[in-house]
Formats: sequence, C-alpha cells, structure tokens
Amino acid sequence: MARKISLFIPCFVDQLQPQVAVDTVKVLRRIGCEVDFPADQTCCGQPAFNTGFWDEARPCAERFLRVFKDAEVIVCPSGSCATMVRVFYPELLASGTAHDEAAALGKRTFELSEFLVKVMGLTDVGATFQHTVTYHASCHGLRELKLRNEPLQLLRGVKGLKLVDMLRLEECCGFGGTFATKFESISVAMGESKCDSVAVTGAEYVTAIDPSCLMHVQGILGRRKDRAKAIHLASILASG
Amino acid sequence: MSTMSNNPTPAGETPSALTAAQKFLRDAATKSADLVHREIIRKNMDSYDAAHNRGRARIKDWEAARRKCQEIKREAINNLDKYLLQFEQKVLERGGHVFWAANGDEACAYIKDLAIGRGVKTVVKSKSMVTEEMHLAPVLEAAGMRVWETDLGEFIVQLRNEAPYHIVTPAMHLDRNQIRDLFREKLGEDIPDADPQKLVALARRKLREAFFAAEMGISGANFLVADAGVVAITTNEGNGRLSTSLPRIHVAVTGIEKVIPRLEDLGTLWPVLATSGTGQPITTYSTLVGGPKRADEADGPEEFHVVLLDNGRSGLLANAEEREVLHCIRCGACLNICPVYRNIGGHTYNTTYPGPIGSVLTPHLRGSEFQHLSYASSLCGACTSVCPVNINLHHHLLHNRRDFTKAGGAKTGGERTQFKLWRTAMLHPRLYALGGWMMRHSLRLVYGMGLAGTALDPMRAWSRKRRPVTLPAQSFRARWKKELSKSDQGRSAGGSK
Repeated sequence: MARKISLFIPCFVDQLQPQVAVDTVKVLRRIGCEVDFPADQTCCGQPAFNTGFWDEARPCAERFLRVFKDAEVIVCPSGSCATMVRVFYPELLASGTAHDEAAALGKRTFELSEFLVKVMGLTDVGATFQHTVTYHASCHGLRELKLRNEPLQLLRGVKGLKLVDMLRLEECCGFGGTFATKFESISVAMGESKCDSVAVTGAEYVTAIDPSCLMHVQGILGRRKDRAKAIHLASILASG
Repeated sequence: MSTMSNNPTPAGETPSALTAAQKFLRDAATKSADLVHREIIRKNMDSYDAAHNRGRARIKDWEAARRKCQEIKREAINNLDKYLLQFEQKVLERGGHVFWAANGDEACAYIKDLAIGRGVKTVVKSKSMVTEEMHLAPVLEAAGMRVWETDLGEFIVQLRNEAPYHIVTPAMHLDRNQIRDLFREKLGEDIPDADPQKLVALARRKLREAFFAAEMGISGANFLVADAGVVAITTNEGNGRLSTSLPRIHVAVTGIEKVIPRLEDLGTLWPVLATSGTGQPITTYSTLVGGPKRADEADGPEEFHVVLLDNGRSGLLANAEEREVLHCIRCGACLNICPVYRNIGGHTYNTTYPGPIGSVLTPHLRGSEFQHLSYASSLCGACTSVCPVNINLHHHLLHNRRDFTKAGGAKTGGERTQFKLWRTAMLHPRLYALGGWMMRHSLRLVYGMGLAGTALDPMRAWSRKRRPVTLPAQSFRARWKKELSKSDQGRSAGGSK
C-alpha cells in the first residue's frame, strides 16, 4: 500500500509555517508512504492569479508542471493551493499545449485529508490528541474540491479528541489572499465573526485544512486573547 | 414625499471628491465595525438561512431544479433576439405597446412623456430594481408627479430617502423601532409598541389611498414569457397586482435578459425563485399580464406598455465567457449568504445591485470605476453554491480581475511591478529562498523591537488588526535538507523549530 509521494508545500507554509509541512511528512511516513520534496518548487502562482495577473501566474504554473512532471502522487497540506493546481491550472493554461498536461497533473494532486481518506482509505492514522477541537471548513477545500466530510472523518478517528461543531462552520473566515490586506476591515470583521463562532464552542483548538485561513484566524484569536488556538489538521494527525 | 436619491449621503456631509473605490473602503470600514448593524443582519440572515434550507428540502431534487433553471435561462439568453421579438409580437397583437430603450435615459424619457401626455399626477410603483437602475422615480418627481413605492420595504426606504438595502428585502437593515420612529416622523402617526401588525396596517392604509388615486402603475417583471407574450410578476403583498390593475395605465419596465421561452418554464422558475428569495414554496401573489383590458373584461388597465431596457446588457451578451451573468433571476440568495455583504451591508456597495451579483455585474454595466468590487471578495464561492441558476459568480469575479489588469486598469501600476518582481523570484528557487530568508529575518527584527503594526512594519496591513505571525528561524526547505530528507520511514519527523 506504500505510495511514493511528492510533497507540494505552499510558499507561505515553507516560509511562515514550516511545522505544518513537517507534520505532513510525519503523517505520510507513519502510514508507510515514501515522501519526497522536489526542492525546485516555489509558488503555484495563486497570488498573481487571484489578483488578475494571469500573465505573471502562467509561467509559475508552467514551471510547476515541469517540477512535478514525474510525480506519481502530489500531496499538499492546503486545499487552496491544491485547488489552484487542479481547478485553475487548466483554465490558466487553456490556450497552450500545457492544458492537457495540467488537467492530468490535477488528477494526481490531492489535498492531505483528501489523499488520506479518498486515496488511502484511512480515517485513523494512529494519532492521539487529548483536546477539544472545533472544525472550520475552508472554502476552497469545501467548494472547489468538495471536501465536506473527509477532514471530519479524520478528526473523528483521532484518539482522545473531542470534536465540537461550530455554528456556520461553512462561512468564510475572511482571509481571501490579497483581500486580507486590500480590504483589511472587511477581512477582519469576517474573521471576528468566525472567532465568535469558535469561542461559543468553548473548544481549545480550531482546526482546518488550510494554513492560510488558520494564520488569519490565529492573528485575530491572538489579538483578542481568546482561549482557542488555531492548529492545522496535519499537526493534530501528527500528534501522539 | 421627498425626492429619492440613489446615492444617500448622511445629513451634514459635504459632497466629497472620493472615487467610488475610496468611498467603498471608507464605508466598508465604518459599517463592518458597526456591531449593531452586524447583529441586525446576522439575525435576519439566520432566519433567512433556516427558511431557505427548509425550502430547498421541500424540493425533491434541488440540484436537478437548478440545472433545469440554468438550461431554461441559457436557452433564452442564447436566443434572446428570437424570444424578445416573439414576446413583442404577442403584446402588440393584444393592443399593448413595446418600447426598446438602449439606456436608462431613453426609458425614463418614454415613461415621463407618456405620463405627462396622459395627465398623470400620481404614480404607484411595485418593486423593480430596473427602475432603480435607471433612476426613474426622481425623473417623474422632477416632472411634478407624486411617486409611491408600494412594496412595504421600498415604501420604508423611500420615506428614509435611501436606496434599497437589498434587492428582495429593501429594508432588512432596520428594526421595528426604527420603522416606528420613521412612521411617526413622516406619516404623523405614532404606534408606541411598534407592533409589526399595526405598522403594516398603517402603511397599508396610506398605500390604499395612493392606489385609488394613481393614474399610472409601474411594475417590474420577474419574467417575460415569450410564447404567451405575458409579463410575470410575483409579490408577497399583493401590491404588484394592485399596481397593474387599478390605475388606467400600466407600464412594465424590465431588462431584456428577463425573457424566458415558454409559459411552462414558470412551473420550475417560480418555485425556485421563491425558494431562493425567501424560502417560500411559491410567492403569495403570482400575476401574469399581457395587454390592456379587453372589451369583455371588468377590470385592468386601459393602456399597457412594456419598456425593455438594454443599458449595457447586450455588451455582456456579446461576451461569450461572461454571458451567463445575464441568467440572474434576482432572487437575492447570493447576497444573503455572502459574508462580505453580511458585514458591510447593501448600501456600502453604492450600486443598484449589491452583493456578489452586483460585484460581478456593475463593472460591466457601469465601467471600470466599479472594478474594486471585483476585488472586494474573499472568493469563498458561497454565492456560487446557492445560485439557483448556477452562475459561477466567484469565477466571474476572477475573470473581471483578469480583464481589468489586462486592460491596464487604473492603479494597477505599482501592483504590476510588484507581481513582475514576484514572478522573477518565483521562477528562480534560490532567489525565492533568499527573499524568504530576508523577509523572515527583517520582520523578526522589526517585531523584536515591538514595531509590529506601525509605519515601520512592511506587513502592517496584516498586523494592525491581527497579532503578527510567529516567524520561524528556518524555512521548511532548509529543515528538509538538514533533517528530514534522509529520515527513515516511521522515524519521527517531528520536533519544533
């Protein structure tokens, strides 16, 4: 059942949240996968793409196709960046010959929880986490990759973990890439609503499959000195 | 009744030279920090959500219903020329009139001249966003007519000199106490306990007077049915039916994209519109009107006019990629679910159509001055997930952004340079790694000195209202190279920074 995995680590995870990537490696190795990190990877191009600079995003996408050309399976601890590859690359590269290659690569690219549950058929990866946790459904994973249950199935498989539902768990946290700084006040207001939903649950941790959402939510939880802390699903699955 | 303004400015404020984008940012900051507003909208949206969920559950296969509606609208929009002419012919055969207006000014002029020519003094209007789009009421009022909005929510916002806050529920930002105060001030009657039933009864009494006085009734249209040549109007208050049957003249004003091929299509579209709009199985009053009163009919208008407005729509029609935006049936579901709308409210957009559909549509209808709205979204896609005609709203926002930057849109100069530099770094892994290292270490220095969120913090737009990110000493790629790449399977890859 061992699989050869090529890790796709989003640039901001690489630079700002390396522990999420380290924990991803740990989980994948624990279930018996062989893990490689193609060292030439940089950014998938999403910041430029989402801001409208498709001509700047396109060479990043083409480069990504080259770097991961020989990858058997690509796993990424971010629903958003996996979405960029699977959903948006074919559109971004629609006019070139790279389109088919992008579509094929997209089919081999998986968000971590998607890979564990849908590809490997696992809901218990041997983790123990003795805490109360609430789950936030990150938008790209939920609506572009249609991952509604997979992260929850994995959380239910963690020993000692008490899962509590939050209200409006499918409502956006307000991160949204450059939106977070271009429209700071709206982004923060949305984040506050999300943190209110977290606070009502009384959970010690709020988790999600997207490190960017969690960075934003943690920023607001931290400023408000709320009890809850943001933690990536990979870090929970790597515990114990 | 005072003149309606489409750009409400709070009393005492001097007209500013702000651009639409600057005004949006300012109003968004004010409104999103307004906790009373947040609470009112939250409460209203929660009850909408519950009704909407119950409504969708009543339909056996909601996804199939959405696809059916999408197909009906696609067929209509892709054959707009054929269906509009079919509709026109039927209306003319029944003795009605059809006016094709290229823009709002032409449409307003037609209706104004008609009203003046027939000696109209009082006009009753049932709800119509298209008449908001073309600023009809102020034009008629300037010509000396009294114009009554007869939808309760519209009546309330008209008394407040405001534009509708929402395309379906125009006064959803107000609570009953605010409405009590408004009625006391403007209608001169006090209802101390602000009992909703008594407030409605008061409005109803006032509006009945208007209905019986009016010589002209103006309505919108939810659909124009091509094969039957009728206008389909739905309301919950019966004001649509009164506006279209009591006055001598009925004018239906609508956008050209509202046409549908067949009468039987209403069997799907009407319940889906009601479900998405309010969660109802069907809207209370569903009216079909196709011409003036016939000789053997007891009531109805003596004259029937349909004004078909283009106002930029045919430009969208010509754009194959964005054309499906014209499928919109104006149900308001995308506004209701939108977390941006929920925080900044309808007025902040300063457009006729707020929320996701407005952010997609307005830059097409009103030009690049409103392109900031394409960016004022986290691209969460909640809108797309509820759209009853499956418009891929958030992907259209991405297309708007692409087209804007490609056309060299205003203010993208600095950003363009940034993204060109960024691209260079992303195409060269060593440059990327060096850049990342420099960013982390310079920020550690700044934050170490307690300067997070200040003018010296290059990340201040992030860290002013968020606790700054904790900066790791090493990137993942550095750790991979040092400690992880050669790890045996099963060996712990953990350990903190």
